Amino acid sequence: MLRAADAGYGYGGTSGGGDAFTLADVSLEVARGGFVGLLGPNGCGKTTLLKLLGGTLTTRTGAVTLDGEDLAGMSRRRIAQRIAIVPQETHPSFDFTVQEMVLMGRHPHLGPLTLEGPADIAIAQEALTATGTAHLVDRAYMTLSGGEKQRVVIASALAQSPDVLLLDEPTASLDLGFQMEIAALLRRLNRQRQVTLVLATHDLNLAASLCSHLLLLKGGRTLAFGPTAHVLTAAIVRALYGVDADVTFHARAGHVTVVPLGAAHP
Amino acid sequence: MTTRPLRTRLVLTVAGFGGLTAAVCVLAPLVGSTSISLTRALSRSIPYADNVDAQIFFVARLPRVMAGALVGATLATAGAVLQALFRNPLAAPETLGVSAGAALGAILAITFGAGTRIGPLAPVPLASLAGALSAMAIVYLLASSTRRAMSTSVLLLAGVALNAFISAMILFVQYLADFTQTYRAVRWLIGDLDVGSFGPILAALPLVGIAFAIFATLPGALNLLSLGPEAATARGVDVARAQRLAFVSASLATSAAVSLAGPVAFIGIIVPHLVRLVVGVDHRLVLPAAALFGAAFLVMCDLLARTVMNPVELPVGIVTAVIGGPFFLWLLTRKT
Repeated sequence: MLRAADAGYGYGGTSGGGDAFTLADVSLEVARGGFVGLLGPNGCGKTTLLKLLGGTLTTRTGAVTLDGEDLAGMSRRRIAQRIAIVPQETHPSFDFTVQEMVLMGRHPHLGPLTLEGPADIAIAQEALTATGTAHLVDRAYMTLSGGEKQRVVIASALAQSPDVLLLDEPTASLDLGFQMEIAALLRRLNRQRQVTLVLATHDLNLAASLCSHLLLLKGGRTLAFGPTAHVLTAAIVRALYGVDADVTFHARAGHVTVVPLGAAHP
Repeated sequence: MTTRPLRTRLVLTVAGFGGLTAAVCVLAPLVGSTSISLTRALSRSIPYADNVDAQIFFVARLPRVMAGALVGATLATAGAVLQALFRNPLAAPETLGVSAGAALGAILAITFGAGTRIGPLAPVPLASLAGALSAMAIVYLLASSTRRAMSTSVLLLAGVALNAFISAMILFVQYLADFTQTYRAVRWLIGDLDVGSFGPILAALPLVGIAFAIFATLPGALNLLSLGPEAATARGVDVARAQRLAFVSASLATSAAVSLAGPVAFIGIIVPHLVRLVVGVDHRLVLPAAALFGAAFLVMCDLLARTVMNPVELPVGIVTAVIGGPFFLWLLTRKT
């Protein structure tokens, strides 16, 4: 279980004047095999929280633990063996092939002087198959489409053999077709492989269709945390974004949908 | 997966480039303005004092070829490491200000430092080493003063600013120097492998050895650093540590190479790009390939320098600059 207990973080403030931004007292539990969405307006602290959960930032207050072990006390390598992160976009400065990109996911499992062996290659191959990118293996990463790139990056994260996968707006720059493709992939990973997922996104309908629980953040504080159908309401959308919306259960989609109607008038 | 496993590719890379380098290093000492015979040079029946072939081979040519191999391997590998560190394919050992620091040290020694020797070490290489290490320390402190991880943009800009400042200092010292000193300084700045004996090569070996020992641990982390610091962290790389090690090892390597041969230009850019065309971009192949091909490439450039204006032996820095300038422009305009 991935757990944040009263986690807080502040940026900046080296020359006095206090912190430029603070994430305050966020508590969150993601059960093994759970799928939690992080929602909130720009600057609400979604990405910061995701970094705290992935241990790439260390909490200033409170703690983040994975199965009871504090991330602050674990080495980078040890954390990366268990938690993988998929960023919004990945721009390598060299022209790596898809195979090389995916095999880089094995890095935390290799020593500094060891090369990947047949077992690592088998794991990478499986990650390619799971993400539907096996046919791209010899292509140059830079020549792929946006959707293909993001699937390859997810394959690389899967090659880390993580228990937890954290995604930071993985569909933000993708068109609707690719968004659905990534959504189907994430659902498959969660249901068939019991990968624990945390997804930060601006796409309310994507979150509603995928996540069992939502954490709603505003101004660095928790507005609500609970099962998707309970917390995703018209009142919450207004509180989060200042937008009036029609929030209804869509029978054919099988989940709550949000149709924005316009800026809310106070 | 269709491509060969990395282990096989590594063996092929080392065997291929290693073979080339070995061949070049064996043949290069035999070629020059005077033709010599290897059998005669190695013959025991002729006393060394009377054996002109042996004297040319062991005094003039062999140290020069060995210096070329050492400097070429070192600058090429340092270049490959820095290009990954800065996530910029045009970064080079010259970028950091370390070469400029070495040049200032050397020129101060040429102008003011009459015969001050420490043990077997001559004043000019010693002063250039001191200059290089001082420049490295300044850039390092600037880049690591504010953040936990080094800021590569600060590192790059600090290098550029330091280069400009040191160039001004070099001109100032040159202005105070007399004709002979200025002549020697200019000669040094061109970059020359005519080291004259095995002593300077042996003196450079410990630093080069330390640098290469660190290089050997870096390739996996360098691959991930080229995805960006956040992606590298997410894959388990201690980014601050990897950046520090890459910077320090590349700077030590550059310091050693430049204090031996002067700032031989462009090797750190040309060689990594050429080997990437052959082995791809994985640093676990690029670094060994760059080391081996860097050695072969600089020895070949020096062979050209020694023979192209026969009997005049040019400094190798002229040849590498003549090849490197257009190559750099080609890289800039090449579609990526």
